[in-house]
Amino acid sequence: MKPFDYHIASSLESALSLRNESASYIAGGTNEVDLMKKHIHQPDALVDVNGVLSAEIRPDNNGIEIGAVVKNSILAEDREIAEKYPLISEAILAGASPQIRNMATTAGNLMQRTRCPYFYDTALPCNKRSPGSGCGAAKGDNSHAAIIGASSECVAVHPSDLCVALVALDAEVRITEKDGSEKSIPFTDFHRLPGARPQLDTNLPEGSLITSVYVPGNEFYEHYAYLKIRERSEYAFALVSVAAALVLDENNIIKNARLASGGVAHKPWRWEEAEAFLTDRKASRSNFEEAAEICVDQTEPMEHNAYKVTLLRGAIETALVHCMDFKKG
Amino acid sequence: MGPREDKINNIGRRFFLKASSAATALAFIPRSVKAFYIDVKTRILGRKKVLPTSFIVNGRNYDLEVDSRSTLLDILREQLGLTGTKKGCDHGQCGACTVHVDGRRVLSCLTLALMAKGKEVTTIEGLAEGEELHPMQQAFLENDGFQCGYCTPGQIMSAVACVNEGHTGSTEEIKTYMSGNLCRCGAYNGITKAIQKVAQ
Repeated sequence: MKPFDYHIASSLESALSLRNESASYIAGGTNEVDLMKKHIHQPDALVDVNGVLSAEIRPDNNGIEIGAVVKNSILAEDREIAEKYPLISEAILAGASPQIRNMATTAGNLMQRTRCPYFYDTALPCNKRSPGSGCGAAKGDNSHAAIIGASSECVAVHPSDLCVALVALDAEVRITEKDGSEKSIPFTDFHRLPGARPQLDTNLPEGSLITSVYVPGNEFYEHYAYLKIRERSEYAFALVSVAAALVLDENNIIKNARLASGGVAHKPWRWEEAEAFLTDRKASRSNFEEAAEICVDQTEPMEHNAYKVTLLRGAIETALVHCMDFKKG
Repeated sequence: MGPREDKINNIGRRFFLKASSAATALAFIPRSVKAFYIDVKTRILGRKKVLPTSFIVNGRNYDLEVDSRSTLLDILREQLGLTGTKKGCDHGQCGACTVHVDGRRVLSCLTLALMAKGKEVTTIEGLAEGEELHPMQQAFLENDGFQCGYCTPGQIMSAVACVNEGHTGSTEEIKTYMSGNLCRCGAYNGITKAIQKVAQ
């Protein structure tokens, strides 16, 4: 690791003022410390924000606010979350290990970097790590690469499970900008597609701090499923994951549908066309199959990752079927 | 001997003479070379930052000066002599370095020592009461919960947490909640049995 200075921020203002181009924020450190050990991130200073951001989960009349430094395990175990926003619990518990979930924070989960092997190996070209060096995965091993929304500059995928649930539930990211002004970013706009500037994972303005994630109240706590397909049954990143949630009427007609995926794109991906298709249709196997078909029709697999399209089709169908198994009313 | 071989021999002799005189010259300037190397290193990397931190380990308070880059794992092993906690992958993938911080299991290899400021750390050395082993340590012995033993301190710290968290409802649940600890010897069945014994 490169030597660095370490500041423990005493207030939100001091955190914002200590942060500059060569300084990084640190909360749980599960990704940042690893990236620094591998010389992928080389900040001159770290600004520890654990003491100045909220570690509370606060329900209000319209939804629930999750503090930026709420640990993943605390969030997954929270009673209010498990009862009214169970998709969040399911997604968190599908990811990482108990030890990492005890360290990792909500905001840190949003800010984690891709696990693309070309990004992680400093001997190989990667436009995300070193802009202009080229994309090693595009012509190399792209078996773990994106199947939708990739560019010629970058084919990496976002690794989070939690973010897939949050994008499905229409969450918003509350931030404080460098000048102290507060802003809210819809979750669908928080992460970005790689385009010509893959070094940027998010639309978070430089130097801003995430202060909380807000999830609006919803009725997706009865029929939901988080399905994750990976190379071993635990403790691995998703090849493909699906967050599905339905609101049904007494005749099993879908009144509202949410469908999102991880492991397929540079950002947690919402399948809005399939959601629109399912709305006002019967919750039936054939409609689920058609919805899955609508999703896979949009994909553009590469040389080594066409298998992900097959996985995705099955995962979407299965997740929707699982939604029908969950009757917790 | 062909002309080509001859030429190779000639170059070899010349090269030997050049190389040995260069090495002799270098032998006279080791200090300046070393100083130059350190100078370049600090210019490129910058000087290490040593900062104060303090935390409690197994009930004992430590006030320390640490390199900002030190992980809790390195400090435990190198500075405090608590070598029970093991360094496996050093990248948060194997669980060998698992310790408890404020009662919850975490990875000491991804925790900077400066982040542990003011916290209470428990390592494998803090489990036994004098000569009496912790029930989980005893259960690992009785149920063949290890072979080579390298991952064992991490497994036991994780297992104690797994029981405290109440994730021992079934074999599947134990395996899921112990998935952050790898064992290359494959002692998983013994580990699971040991946890079930203690959970009873």
